[in-house]
Amino acid sequence: MQCVYPLFPSCCIREPVITQQVAARAAQLQARALKELSDVPDAEGLEAWRVSYLGRKGEATLLKRSITEVPPESRREFGQAANAASEALASAFEARRTEIERPSGDDADAIDVTLPGVPSPIGSIHPITSTVREICAAFGDMGFEVVEGPEVELDHYNFEKLNIPKHHPARDSFNTLWVDKTGEDGERPLLLRTHTSPMQIRTMEKQDPPVRVIAPGKAYRYEATDATHEWHFSQVEGLAVDKGITFADLKGTLHEFARRLFGENVRVRFRCDYFPFVEPGAEMSIDWSSRSDNRGAKGEKQEENWMEILGAGMVHPKVLEGVGYDPAVYTGFAFGIGIERIAMLKHGIDDIRLFYSNDVRFLRQF
Amino acid sequence: MLVPLSWLKRYVNIDLAPEDLAHRLTMAGVEVESIEKMGMHLDPELVVVGLVTDIEPHPDADRLRLPTVDLGNGETARVVCGAPNVAVGQKIAFAKLGARLYNTHSEREEPLRTAKIRGFESSGMVCSVKELMIGDDHEGILVLDPDAEIGSPLTDIVGDVLFDIAVTPNRPDCLSVLGIAREVAALTGQTITEPETGYADDGEPIDGRVTVRIADPDLCGRYTASLIEGVTVGPSPAWLQETLIRAGQRPINNVVDATNFVMLEMNQPLHAFDFDLVKDQTIVVRKARPGEVLETLDGQRRELAPPMLVIADVNDAVGLAGVMGGANSEVSQGTTRILLESANFDPVNTRRTGADLKLSTGASYRFERGLRQELAEVGLRRATRLIREIAGGKVASGIIDAHPDPAPAPVVTLTAARLKQVLGTDIPMSRAKEVLASLGFQRVGSDDADSVSVSSPYWRSDIEIQEDLVEEVARVIGYDEMPTTMLAAPIPRHHVQPMWDLKERVRDMLAAGGLQEAINYNVASEENLRTVGAWTDDALALANPMNEEQRYLRTSLRASLLQTVSDNRRTGGGDGLRVFEVGRVFLPNTSGKSEGLPDEREALVAAFTGRRGPVSWQAPENAADMGFFDAKGAAEDLLEGLGIDPMFEADTDAALKAGRTAAILAGGKRLGSVGEVADGVLDKFGLDGATVALLEIDLPSLLAAAPADDRRYRPFSRYPESVRDLALTVDQAVSANDIRAVLVKHKLVKAARAQDVYTGEGVPQGKKSIAFGLVFQSDKGTLTAEQIDRVLEDLLRRLQRSVGAEIRS
Repeated sequence: MQCVYPLFPSCCIREPVITQQVAARAAQLQARALKELSDVPDAEGLEAWRVSYLGRKGEATLLKRSITEVPPESRREFGQAANAASEALASAFEARRTEIERPSGDDADAIDVTLPGVPSPIGSIHPITSTVREICAAFGDMGFEVVEGPEVELDHYNFEKLNIPKHHPARDSFNTLWVDKTGEDGERPLLLRTHTSPMQIRTMEKQDPPVRVIAPGKAYRYEATDATHEWHFSQVEGLAVDKGITFADLKGTLHEFARRLFGENVRVRFRCDYFPFVEPGAEMSIDWSSRSDNRGAKGEKQEENWMEILGAGMVHPKVLEGVGYDPAVYTGFAFGIGIERIAMLKHGIDDIRLFYSNDVRFLRQF
Repeated sequence: MLVPLSWLKRYVNIDLAPEDLAHRLTMAGVEVESIEKMGMHLDPELVVVGLVTDIEPHPDADRLRLPTVDLGNGETARVVCGAPNVAVGQKIAFAKLGARLYNTHSEREEPLRTAKIRGFESSGMVCSVKELMIGDDHEGILVLDPDAEIGSPLTDIVGDVLFDIAVTPNRPDCLSVLGIAREVAALTGQTITEPETGYADDGEPIDGRVTVRIADPDLCGRYTASLIEGVTVGPSPAWLQETLIRAGQRPINNVVDATNFVMLEMNQPLHAFDFDLVKDQTIVVRKARPGEVLETLDGQRRELAPPMLVIADVNDAVGLAGVMGGANSEVSQGTTRILLESANFDPVNTRRTGADLKLSTGASYRFERGLRQELAEVGLRRATRLIREIAGGKVASGIIDAHPDPAPAPVVTLTAARLKQVLGTDIPMSRAKEVLASLGFQRVGSDDADSVSVSSPYWRSDIEIQEDLVEEVARVIGYDEMPTTMLAAPIPRHHVQPMWDLKERVRDMLAAGGLQEAINYNVASEENLRTVGAWTDDALALANPMNEEQRYLRTSLRASLLQTVSDNRRTGGGDGLRVFEVGRVFLPNTSGKSEGLPDEREALVAAFTGRRGPVSWQAPENAADMGFFDAKGAAEDLLEGLGIDPMFEADTDAALKAGRTAAILAGGKRLGSVGEVADGVLDKFGLDGATVALLEIDLPSLLAAAPADDRRYRPFSRYPESVRDLALTVDQAVSANDIRAVLVKHKLVKAARAQDVYTGEGVPQGKKSIAFGLVFQSDKGTLTAEQIDRVLEDLLRRLQRSVGAEIRS
């Protein structure tokens, strides 16, 4: 029997085998052509390659043409294989041509990738704002909602209702900036609030228990300014009043706050302190060395380093009575956090005056 | 309050290390701020007490002498000494070889070595306080108390630990060494050795020889006095001087020192009068007369006024009650008869007197905080005993005790239920009773398993209500021993805080837009507020501002932010500055229900100045200076981001450049302004030559303009957009808004934005060329080129009619 496939002189008889061989032949052709193409050095060689594979009498062209010699029932497979090989060669040719025609080495489209990128203006939030946000978020998750109140305050709210009557020695620690107005009694009724604690009274006067609020804002004290003292500063006041709120809740809530701000492993301790509007009164410190990320250079444990971060206490019964809450039924705790101190600890800032100097070299770091 | 450990130990046994003691006190509410150790570094073996038994002159040097020192146990030493004050019979501090001392020649601390001084070998040294490193004096050697035991370690005598204690206003008892000792006793389970108050009153009776009358019993609840006759005023014994010095008090004379000692010991202020200078042997406690003058012990003539309280004789004031004695009755060298006062004065009146006279003393500081009337007599007896002991004389029998209306000791009841309600844990009542007993509280009435009634000890004036006792129990057991729980109560209902939320959003949007947030003081000077056009005559002033620049509560944020811009002008390597502040302005309140409080309005101000961005070949426009349109762009982004469609209208503003100022409007309401700062204003802030664009928005107005609820979804067209440019020539006076208003009216115009403005060559005088980018789109189908051309023709006709626009050729 005469072989009908002149291209494949040693071809075999059965069709599946023939088809397989056609596919293998096309793949072989493609591999060889691509190998040669990658070795083509210049445009001249490229043209020679094109002619020998893709030209009118090129191998790939001839392969496609030979379809007429394939039995009709195998032409489909044959055509697919031949076309695929031919297309692959054509696209590889285009790619190689692009490569060759472009000047090599000193590529016109190449860029100095070390040049700076096109800048977008960068802004940022003041570290006091971001610290307030962190604190509000921590307490917000524990059900505290944000309230705000006036910075120019009445003596009544800033002192009297907080169990600090006129001429109380505790007023010594609240060096007050007074508004230049005198009431009929000869006293000055208006002042710049010396703490955010008046918000305790304003909140309780406005709503019945239960209460769970935090009140961020500015406060003022007549104090000489130095690296650790500012006369104009920020606080977050907190207040929770309901039936059954205890000193244990105060400890738990504030410890949780410390964990949120300073790391899950932070240790806290509470000591007795005095604020006229709470009883018992407390102060919380954190052990700076216990923060999770505060290991020494070799990962060793640091020495204990206790830092006072807030004052707190159980709301004084006189304060509750003053706003019409029954202290026999309702108990609660209050706390006040100095924002600057927290921000200084968190960011390693050593001079409180930086916060309100608004030097962008400082502000841009946050 | 400086408390020497040696003094504390007179009343309570202390085994704890100073640091541990300080920690216990601090945790219990008595804050030890610092611990200073003095003389503790001296080696007990090598630095000892010696007795100078003999002194020979040095054969070769006039200024040097050779004392022989007895060191006890038969040990003696002969050394070279250059001190002028060394004398036979003195007890001195002797350092043996090897003792670490301060070498005044090398100016270093080093071990003492054998030295040959002018041919004489010296093995040891008689020391000055400087060499001992317990003081600065190097004029002579330290001479010790004659009672010091020969051979005993010097550190036992001069060594001490000073606790500096910050006492809270509620605990005046802790302004005394005994008060601190009582705390230590309660915290460590010790008992107190009470100071001796007994003495022999073998003089003539005081009755009939001294008259005391309290004219104002409201201001003086008790007045006790004793009379000591035949005293010798002179220096106090060494132990008393040393004790006072360590507690930070300067010794004066034995009588005054005794009163100071007792005040520091048990907190009762006392005053000693020279009784011969008190006319008619009569003391009257009365209010000062208007204009009455008293020269106080500090030599100041003070003009008094009621209700200041004075101690007077029949005629004149001899002391300012509870504050300071008068010079006219001062104890001096020649004084032989002492009238000793120990009284109780009203806290508020004492505090007002001190404040009015700007005079604060150890006595007034204590009376202000409130002392118990019982303390007066204890203090009197203690001081009388001490004066008799150190100044001699006889004490008249009996005391004066004017006590018109004795106040009973407060009795407070503590229940187990309240302890649990406040602390959140069951503390056994027996434990609570133990704690209260350890603090000196006395049980009153019957014993009960669930409650206890106690009267507070005479030194405590801060216990009024049950919660005070709760704190006592908790602090002595230790706050760290109390349980820790999370809030179990349900979270209260939430209230929306639209202004807070808006401020947060505005900050985030501006920061994302490249602006830096600043926070400034809320105060400004009148001049600055005038400069920025924000001055009002009823601006709130501070009575005691930190300085004149900060006298007024700011009525505008502009001045603060321009100062920020000015302060930063030279920083940032030449890059531009975009900065904003969200803060409060304080405006006169017109609501009438404000109780005088101002209207604190939240406001936003932003400033733009300098290069638009870092110089870059990729962004050549960065090199240009920012101006009006940068501020306006920020305003547009902000407002559109909040769902507001703003309008900008030419406007005037005293602080902004004419012709470069616009009002920002939304829904016909004014939100604020945008403009370039006027030159005169720039000059005042040291910004001359700069272009500074300002954006100012009233946040309550912004809140009112912002859509109240969530943004609504608006369907958009499925058909493609077509973009065309339209270049027009119009009169200079025609604004972009005038043209845009016509363009966007057409229903197929989806957007119209001015892209370029040009005057000059090719544009007639008085005209300008303005190019708009137009976006056409229909909701009904794809627009054909012919449709768009027709719309354009139509738009041109309308523009010709309304603003005289012509298509640019």
